[in-house]
Amino acid sequence: MDQFVLNLIVVGATFALYIGIAIWARAGSTAEFYAAGQGVHPVLNGMATGADWMSAASFISMAGIIAFGGYDTSAYLMGWTGGYVLLAMLLAPYLRKFGKFTVPEFIGDRFYSQAARTVAVVCLIIASITYVIGQMTGVGVAFSRFLEVSNTTGLFIGAAIVFMYAVLGGMKGITYTQVAQYVVLIIAYTIPAVFISLNLTGNPIPALGLFSNDVSTGAPILSTLEGLVTDLGFKSYLEQSDTTLNMFLFTVSLMIGTAGLPHVIVRFFTVPKVADARSSAGWALVFIALLYLTAPAVGAMARLNLINTFYPNGVDGQALSLAEIEAGQDASGADLEWVNNWAKTGLLTFDDKNGDGLITYVGNADANELTVNRDIIVLANPEIARLPGWVIALVAAGGLAAALSTAAGLLMAISSAVSHDLIKGQINPNISEKGELMAARVAMAVAIAVATYLGLNPPGFAAQTVALAFGLAAASIFPALMMGIFSKKVNNVGAVAGMLAGLLTTVVYIFLHKGWFFIADTASFSDADPLLLSIKSTSFGAVGAAINFAVAFIVSSITKPVPANVVELVESIRVPKGAGAATGH
Amino acid sequence: MADNSSSNAYWKANIQTILVFLVIWFVCSFGFGILLRPMLAGIGIGGTDLGFWFAQQGSILVFLVLIFAYAFRMNKLDREHGVDE
Repeated sequence: MDQFVLNLIVVGATFALYIGIAIWARAGSTAEFYAAGQGVHPVLNGMATGADWMSAASFISMAGIIAFGGYDTSAYLMGWTGGYVLLAMLLAPYLRKFGKFTVPEFIGDRFYSQAARTVAVVCLIIASITYVIGQMTGVGVAFSRFLEVSNTTGLFIGAAIVFMYAVLGGMKGITYTQVAQYVVLIIAYTIPAVFISLNLTGNPIPALGLFSNDVSTGAPILSTLEGLVTDLGFKSYLEQSDTTLNMFLFTVSLMIGTAGLPHVIVRFFTVPKVADARSSAGWALVFIALLYLTAPAVGAMARLNLINTFYPNGVDGQALSLAEIEAGQDASGADLEWVNNWAKTGLLTFDDKNGDGLITYVGNADANELTVNRDIIVLANPEIARLPGWVIALVAAGGLAAALSTAAGLLMAISSAVSHDLIKGQINPNISEKGELMAARVAMAVAIAVATYLGLNPPGFAAQTVALAFGLAAASIFPALMMGIFSKKVNNVGAVAGMLAGLLTTVVYIFLHKGWFFIADTASFSDADPLLLSIKSTSFGAVGAAINFAVAFIVSSITKPVPANVVELVESIRVPKGAGAATGH
Repeated sequence: MADNSSSNAYWKANIQTILVFLVIWFVCSFGFGILLRPMLAGIGIGGTDLGFWFAQQGSILVFLVLIFAYAFRMNKLDREHGVDE
């Protein structure tokens, strides 16, 4: 069967499943719309959190970044999993005990200040929109390939589907839909990885295959890969090229950003008990780790297969010729149709600069004639490895599941921040339930429009854009939550000053590198400028968080102490006993 | 809410647990994966060294164990101090 038709059937079937579940579990009251009535089992909640969490960045983009970045990109792996340890020990149980629906609600109550609540809403919206931009990039890549259209058209189609999807159901619809999405995405991610690992190493578990020997040569695949990339003049796969300071700060940013992202924290408001909040974080990480332990194998093996495809005679032999690509197969008859298919999306380009009829793929930018967008690696991986058509279609469906579920979760967080915290909480407390739901849906539509517009010229590959969002959450929300729980000294003025200082320094640092509002011409620095200690814009969240903490403590120490009733609140959230169901009022 | 002395002792025990767990969390990720990698360079594993393995596999496995161990320990503490639900 034609690959295009197969893609449509598999993707269409999974979509029908999600939409069916969303309609079946359609949200009735506002309480259900936000927090799914709190009746969700920790294991199911863990799966849904996994789907919510693993977005286009994890599924589509991360293994590609690892494939080209090697060891340096380990920060993504440690950062996006290690944050769950912080979440489980430092935030989730206490926020569950607090028992309200949204993160700004906690910040507003704990810091007894409407201003703090508003600042938290602003932080949340900025971080979440940046995150959605990354999702849009991923959705654009996935749709462009499987509908065989340009990247921009793919982005618009994706935006329309995300909108319809997110508006249909509330959190309850999303919780059960996300369980289904998790199942689809994890199957789609692991099946090709298992096949490829078996082919290369004979070991069916990719995480073990990564450290096994190549069945054809008997040498470890990592040392084979290292030999190939260094022979071709690319940067080392196994050695550290990044500075230790940058790698350290980047990992910190991703970890504390994980623990500070509202759409993940909100998940822990929906478990029945405080004890469940702790174990839910563990279950979430179990389901996330299945993908994260596989990703480094996918990256390394994809890079190996990619190099072997373009050097069918070995890196010392003749490179792939233009004629072979045009014919759709190489001299040995291996299928190359995927190269032409991806060329249509504009995300893979080749150009015979020196006119020798060969496509030379090397590290030297002047001599190199092949450019592969990192975000296509996972989606193209089964094609590169020449796996059957249904696997390719499954991966497309998995990528879309990952992007859709996270985009929907983020849009929920944005819309509840606007309708619940901003409009109901401050502007118009008497708004009807109907009006509140309407406001939530309008907020979603606006957020999607903004993210799509900015997604046309994204500041980086999907995972890099998402990393910026984590930096913003790390610098603004995480410290405020931590201080709210672990300190009785930080007061209203301190918290507001801290959040603003953390957010603003990080936003400015990002814009100085990526351009104001991500318009590239307006950037003043390139990433890893030695003037700024080679700290990249994706790593600055850790510095922003430190600034946030410092400002909050200093300002709190010179202003009025925390009133007694708030000290009592802090003491009560520290013990699990007496946590009722969450209330919105 | 339980009486104050009990919840204070509970909170102290909780903080102590968190600190111990955070040390393990730090050593197995930032430590073995980044800062101490040169020290582990001599221990080979599948074409690379143990530091690389910790950065891309080991740290994640340790995180998993840590969260469930924390949940287990806290459930016990909750009961001991009579603050469980």
